[in-house]
Amino acid sequence: MERLHFATVGSVDDGKSTLIGRLLYDSKSIFEDQLEHIEAVSKRRGDDYVDLSLLTDGLRAEREQGITIDVAYRYFATPKRSFIIADCPGHIQYTRNMITGASNADLAIVLVDARTGVVEQTRRHSLLVSLLGVPHLVICVNKMDLVEYDSAVFNRIREEFEGFASRLDLRDVTFLPISALAGDNVVSRSANMPWFEGPTLLHHLENIYTASDDNRIDTRFPVQYVIRPQRADTLDYRGYAGRVAGGMLRVGDDIMVLPSGLTSTITGIDSPDGPVEQAEPGQAVTVLLKDDLSITRGDMLCRPNNRPRTSQELEAMLCWMDDAAPLQLDKIYTVKHTTKLARGKVSNVLYRLDISNLHRETEINELKFNEIGRVTLHTTSPLFFDDYHQNRTTGSFILVDESSGQTVAAGMLLSPRS
Amino acid sequence: MKSALRSLIDESVTIIREVAAEFERPAMLFSGGKDSVVMLHLAARAFSPARVPFPVMHIDTGHNFAEVIEFRDRAARDLDVQLIVGSVQASIDAGRMQDATGPRASRNPLQTVTLLDSIKEHKFDAVFGGARRDEERARAKERVYSHRDAFGQWDPKTQRPELWGIYNGRHKAGEHFRIFPISNWTELDIWQFVADYNIDLPSIYYAHRRQVFRRDNMWMAVSPFLQPEPGETVTEELVRFRTVGDATCTAAIESSATTIQQVIAETAAARITERGATRADDRISEAGMEDRKRTGYF
Repeated sequence: MERLHFATVGSVDDGKSTLIGRLLYDSKSIFEDQLEHIEAVSKRRGDDYVDLSLLTDGLRAEREQGITIDVAYRYFATPKRSFIIADCPGHIQYTRNMITGASNADLAIVLVDARTGVVEQTRRHSLLVSLLGVPHLVICVNKMDLVEYDSAVFNRIREEFEGFASRLDLRDVTFLPISALAGDNVVSRSANMPWFEGPTLLHHLENIYTASDDNRIDTRFPVQYVIRPQRADTLDYRGYAGRVAGGMLRVGDDIMVLPSGLTSTITGIDSPDGPVEQAEPGQAVTVLLKDDLSITRGDMLCRPNNRPRTSQELEAMLCWMDDAAPLQLDKIYTVKHTTKLARGKVSNVLYRLDISNLHRETEINELKFNEIGRVTLHTTSPLFFDDYHQNRTTGSFILVDESSGQTVAAGMLLSPRS
Repeated sequence: MKSALRSLIDESVTIIREVAAEFERPAMLFSGGKDSVVMLHLAARAFSPARVPFPVMHIDTGHNFAEVIEFRDRAARDLDVQLIVGSVQASIDAGRMQDATGPRASRNPLQTVTLLDSIKEHKFDAVFGGARRDEERARAKERVYSHRDAFGQWDPKTQRPELWGIYNGRHKAGEHFRIFPISNWTELDIWQFVADYNIDLPSIYYAHRRQVFRRDNMWMAVSPFLQPEPGETVTEELVRFRTVGDATCTAAIESSATTIQQVIAETAAARITERGATRADDRISEAGMEDRKRTGYF
């Protein structure tokens, strides 16, 4: 089965790292030396119990402050499936890292403290999960042990969340009452909550179906690299390497090259394992064409009758990630979109989204660190793109500050509002 | 349905091509260890039928296992890549640093100086490394594209956000990037690839009889570079290496696994991490790796 990539997000002290520690510990994915290490550190610090968060909080500063600063990646496997966990910081200061961890995720786990219920951070994180188009969301109501495993508490939080989430674009939401510290409903069913009839978290993760999340309809192949061997035996080889961003490529398919609009036919597809007849989303391949066309990095192959949108004037949701300076209107940034580099400027902030209540604030002319807004972007050359909700690869871009080199914003392209 | 290994290969190949397309002078670190061998095979597949469009580089402490050095030279020849060797001994001779001395001396930390000097000498702007995030706590936090300043330093607090599959390699003159295309592979994934693609590895990864002695609860191999101290008894044991680095700080494990499938079975059942079982260099302190990485280590 395909590996499941999931992100865990939550407020400070919601117990994210403890939950991951629990998943690893109860699925027997923690190694003895790691356990000995965190036992020794916990003991030295005078903790009452083994602090499983030490497994993921790997940096000196994180251990000192007892919080997660940066995304940590963990790997584990059960007999049914293998998993990549992106453990994301919950603190507001590190929201950009949460976006980083969730951008590639198939599923996100948002933790809610059973004692406090839905708080601003919960709304913020769920909104980001929705904006980033993460297909599946699990709300773990954690620390049920501290509310006497009361079903009324769980149901109230669930209703509270549903009231808020009805305004978000969330396709699949699951609620689970757990205790990461005590292990209830994480890997084993809880004897303390017989009223809950749903699955354990691990069971849910093992069985969730994700193969239909890829866009297999709209063929998109951003050209990454042109392979032209300078060797006597393969002088005529000219292949276009890249990763399929959508739809299927098949030998014999007619394709169109953007921006030139020239057409040709696929005569061969080489994969890392040799020639194949077809390639699906996510596959890294090299495409051979019947005609000798001028194609370079940044061009895109598609089907003649199913093309991406092409424009130099775009609308996007922009998450500002630079703590050094706010977004400046009309300042030139480098735009990186699929394999294409362009330069661009934001000419207008249509509105800024107040992420705690979803209000749209207009008459805004900058976005500060961790703020999100809908903007108009002008680029020096046309981008070939799809609406982010149709395709997370051709619908996403980053802005790079040309003097500092920092990645200052993440953008999701949207259809202009009608 | 795509297998988990299939997606890992696709991701790594994409990263390697992206770097070849965007950087002027990339190089790939290659020690002959299993992770770098797999990484180089992925590079060969990324550009086939063309040659790998960058050289490979080994930072040689001069204290490596002979089998591994012999393998390194052969593999570079077989895969048709240019091999550059940065020598720690040469750096010592040139007065760039002093050799480690004392009974437990290791040249492992000295590699950083030679690595940074070699990057500067060859003007490399991107250096691929075979580090995996499952290896170690600090590595679990590192980006695929890891920015290094003019001093080769890593700053975990200013790491660039890395979203979707979009990587930002912009840097100033004199700065460079470390690139980790197999970040998301686990030890078991590496062995699965070795099995599926029948990859040749240095012989010391498989069980063999070797003169060893016990130190810090690890089996250290007797070599010209590492001798037992008084009180440490040398015995011959059936062992293999789970990681391969400098002979002074890499330990062997007891094992009878002589084939790839036996190694996979052993790895799947292992209850101790790869580096925890075998790397003396990680035991220096709680944040040993983070501290070394900050100053420019792999």
